[in-house]
Amino acid sequence: MGSRSPSRHAFLFTPSRPGSRFGRVRSNKYHLALRETDRFVSMEGRQTQEQTAHPSRRRQAAPQDEKFTFIRNAGDQMTLSRSLLLFLFLTLGLAGPGFAQSDPETLRPLINELAKGKYDQTEKQIGDLAATGDPVVAPTLEALGEGDLYFRKSDGMVFITRKAGKGYALTDPLTLEPAGEVGRRDVKKIKVNNSLRRVIRSALGSLTLRAPDPNVRMQAAEAVFKSRDPESIDALDAAISAETDDGVRVMMAQARAAAVLNSDLGEDQKREAVTVLADLGSRQALSLLMSVRSTLEGETLDAANSAVMKIEKSIAAWDAVQNVWYGISLGSVLLLAAIGLAITFGVMGVINMAHGEMVMIGAYVTFVVQEMIRTSMPGLFDYSLFIALPLAFVVSGAIGVAIERGVIRWLYGRPLETLLATWGISLILQQAVRSIFGPTNRQVGNPEWMSGAFELGQMTITYNRMWIIVFAMLVFAGLMLVLKKTPFGLYTRAVTQNRRMAASMGIRTPWVDALTFGLGSGIAGIAGVALSQIDNVSPNLGQGYIIDSFMVVVFGGVGNLWGTLVGAMTLGVVNKFLEPYAGAVLGKIFVLVFIILFIQKRPRGLFALKGRAVEA
Amino acid sequence: MMSSFLFRAMDARAGIFLGIMAAVIILIPAGNLLVPPGSPFHVPTYAVTLMGKYLTYALLALAVDLVWGYCGILSLGHAAFFALGGYAMGMYLMRQIGTRGVYGDPILPDFMVFLNWNELPWYWYGFDMFWFAALMVLLVPGALAFVFGWFAFRSRVTGVYLSIITQALTYALLLAFFRNDMGFGGNNGLTDFKDILGFDIQSDRTRAGLFAASGIALVLSFLLCRAITRSKLGKVLVAVRDAESRTRFLGYRVEHYKLFVWTLSAMMAGVAGALYVPQVGIINPGEFEPANSIEVVIWVAVGGRGTLVGAMFGAVLVNFGKTWFTAALPDVWLFALGALFVIVTLCLPKGIVGTIGSGWNALRQRKASADYEAGSDEPPASPPQSAGSQSRSSQDTSAKTAEPQPAE
Repeated sequence: MGSRSPSRHAFLFTPSRPGSRFGRVRSNKYHLALRETDRFVSMEGRQTQEQTAHPSRRRQAAPQDEKFTFIRNAGDQMTLSRSLLLFLFLTLGLAGPGFAQSDPETLRPLINELAKGKYDQTEKQIGDLAATGDPVVAPTLEALGEGDLYFRKSDGMVFITRKAGKGYALTDPLTLEPAGEVGRRDVKKIKVNNSLRRVIRSALGSLTLRAPDPNVRMQAAEAVFKSRDPESIDALDAAISAETDDGVRVMMAQARAAAVLNSDLGEDQKREAVTVLADLGSRQALSLLMSVRSTLEGETLDAANSAVMKIEKSIAAWDAVQNVWYGISLGSVLLLAAIGLAITFGVMGVINMAHGEMVMIGAYVTFVVQEMIRTSMPGLFDYSLFIALPLAFVVSGAIGVAIERGVIRWLYGRPLETLLATWGISLILQQAVRSIFGPTNRQVGNPEWMSGAFELGQMTITYNRMWIIVFAMLVFAGLMLVLKKTPFGLYTRAVTQNRRMAASMGIRTPWVDALTFGLGSGIAGIAGVALSQIDNVSPNLGQGYIIDSFMVVVFGGVGNLWGTLVGAMTLGVVNKFLEPYAGAVLGKIFVLVFIILFIQKRPRGLFALKGRAVEA
Repeated sequence: MMSSFLFRAMDARAGIFLGIMAAVIILIPAGNLLVPPGSPFHVPTYAVTLMGKYLTYALLALAVDLVWGYCGILSLGHAAFFALGGYAMGMYLMRQIGTRGVYGDPILPDFMVFLNWNELPWYWYGFDMFWFAALMVLLVPGALAFVFGWFAFRSRVTGVYLSIITQALTYALLLAFFRNDMGFGGNNGLTDFKDILGFDIQSDRTRAGLFAASGIALVLSFLLCRAITRSKLGKVLVAVRDAESRTRFLGYRVEHYKLFVWTLSAMMAGVAGALYVPQVGIINPGEFEPANSIEVVIWVAVGGRGTLVGAMFGAVLVNFGKTWFTAALPDVWLFALGALFVIVTLCLPKGIVGTIGSGWNALRQRKASADYEAGSDEPPASPPQSAGSQSRSSQDTSAKTAEPQPAE
């Protein structure tokens, strides 16, 4: 006794279990970030990495990589916030539709102008460069601000430079290609002072804030919101007045508010900024307000305090929504696992302990399909689940029919013995899978359209969870249709309600039994395809679901699919609401105790069959 | 009165069983302690412990047979009572460690020191005394079973529904005992025991003593179950099993009978667990696994439900098979166990002992008929049937005409 490790039971409802695929989304995002950082550091000619990226980005890969050459050169002295801004601008700005509008070479005279004149002229020249709105001038301005911009005495050409030995290595400011080396005397630095640096910074900010692509503008505004740089207020003001996209304008206004709160502007401005932030209502806004509260006073402080309370309230509401969402997500998993059981249990009164193993087999079918696709037709990978679904249904359904014909049919009328026999079958199936595929977890991948996440209000929704909810609902609806609208469904319902009468009417009840059992098992198989996306595919996969499935069926009531739906959703949501207060394990225990007590009150579940069917 | 109650427990079959048990209880410890090592009759210590473990399993199977075989309550949660009894004993053994633990704390067990607990939780009080622990071994599983059964039987939860909620019960306890906050050692459970009642738990003599204690507990429980099932109370239990509604309409308070036998069975399971823990040296939440409870049911089914002797026989047989298979052919064991479930339910619904018993009865009846036809005056009496076989025949006829039924 006690040789099996029970830990997976204990943490069944802990979504962030290490090694589980619940964390895959995050790791995908992280991986993406890594990929970009990778490009950031290892630049020249690494276009191969781009092959996996999005096509629109691939198009821009070449110039992008070259730009990074520059970044390494100048990167040492760059401040974090500005390198972030530039980075953003380089990675995303280039993808913008309007990028190629002007020929870079037309900018060269403007850049070369920088070599002439004093500070006040330089300021005007910077303004001219910024007015082009072309992101290509950004490296030049950046180098100017860092004091790395020199002009060649011989012809007045402007270059970005880097110390190399005794002289300087020159880089063309527009193409960012090396332009040879010169001695120390051959070039002269273009001088800047503090007020010029400020002009440069705001010019740089406005360059991205006014980029043609709204996404870039959004990112730029978010960057300002995070950095809270007061010097970007002017750039933001200008950008806000020119902004056409409402979403971006709101974000810019909020970024401006953040910057204002960080500045030494007057109380009125700050109070206005607090109002703007209160409307935003995000966690970032909350932490921002909390952190600046100490610098505020008087009415502004009151406004900030009430804004904090308001945001906290809205975040609590969002948390509740998030919990409901998680609950529905868990509920749909339970629904998928339990719905096949509900059919066999409801129609035939058969406790199928091997039901979990049908789910497990469905998951392994997915694994096999993906393996075959990987080796023979990698292009079809995104469709692997669609191929696996019918296969899983057929494989699990066939095994189900075999079990019914081979074992269960001899045990009708003895439900407790059926329970034992199917438990034995589940052990055999588990061990068979373990012998064939090994005892370890097998890797089942998420297709592209199931990975990642998107934001809705204050909560993050992962695609795989969303699709599983959709899928569970589709399966439920499909099953309803089969049971209500097809001749087979009619027979099934007739047999459920009154077996003898149905037999007298000419329905071949043994045939209906076998097909119903096959249907229930097949549904379990396609549930396995879905669960392979969020759980570990191992021989123990089914065991983790069997008790929960029973709870759902018993709670919801037998012989009624709506009961199963309501039961699954209720248990899912209740579980997720208990988790924050009681912890995942204790919450689960409460749910179990609740079900035990509930059964005392309603021994036949929420939606019990009424009438004659009950007596049989 | 009492003597007649116990007297009923005796007949030929019980006599055979008691004889075998007496021999086992005397010979195996003697073979271990008195026969020098190297002699072919020497019983190694590990074998004594192993067989002692089988005896506790047999006691657990006996408890399950009492409720399932005679009262029709299929419990998929008896391992919970077993484990609770085991934890009660484990707590006593933990307190006996005293300052010999890794951290040397005179009161707190090691895992509590490790978790930075400053004082003993209230529910650990008293477990330094053996009589208290022994009482708890009976009371804790008994109380849980009483409360659970009182709710369940009063609401007339029967059949598979009852089985499923017993499973939920043991699953909930499994999850609860995995929590470190519960104060029962969490995942690791209780282990590293030193001595019991002052005797070193590792010594051969203690092990032999524990073996003998398990054997005696098994014999006493067997006599108790036997007495109950052959009394009038036992007859009512069988009636409840075979036709619960009819028994109720006849005026019996069915739920009281069920509750009594259910609670008694849970206490027996608790005793089994308490004897199990010092012999294997560890108790952890894994014992609560629902799979374990189902395995116990198959022991009973293999031996023959409703026969008492069969349950014990099945437990020893299946566990011996498990020991042998997991050592020799580890990959085959689950196949064998699974096949056992299927074959026993399909082909041997009476179990081994039940099948032999009914075959024996049929043989005797045929002999009596033959004698009668040969000219003996005595008409053939209807064969004496044990409670178990009776139910079986009724169930067999129902199985022939049986059809699938909607869930109960």
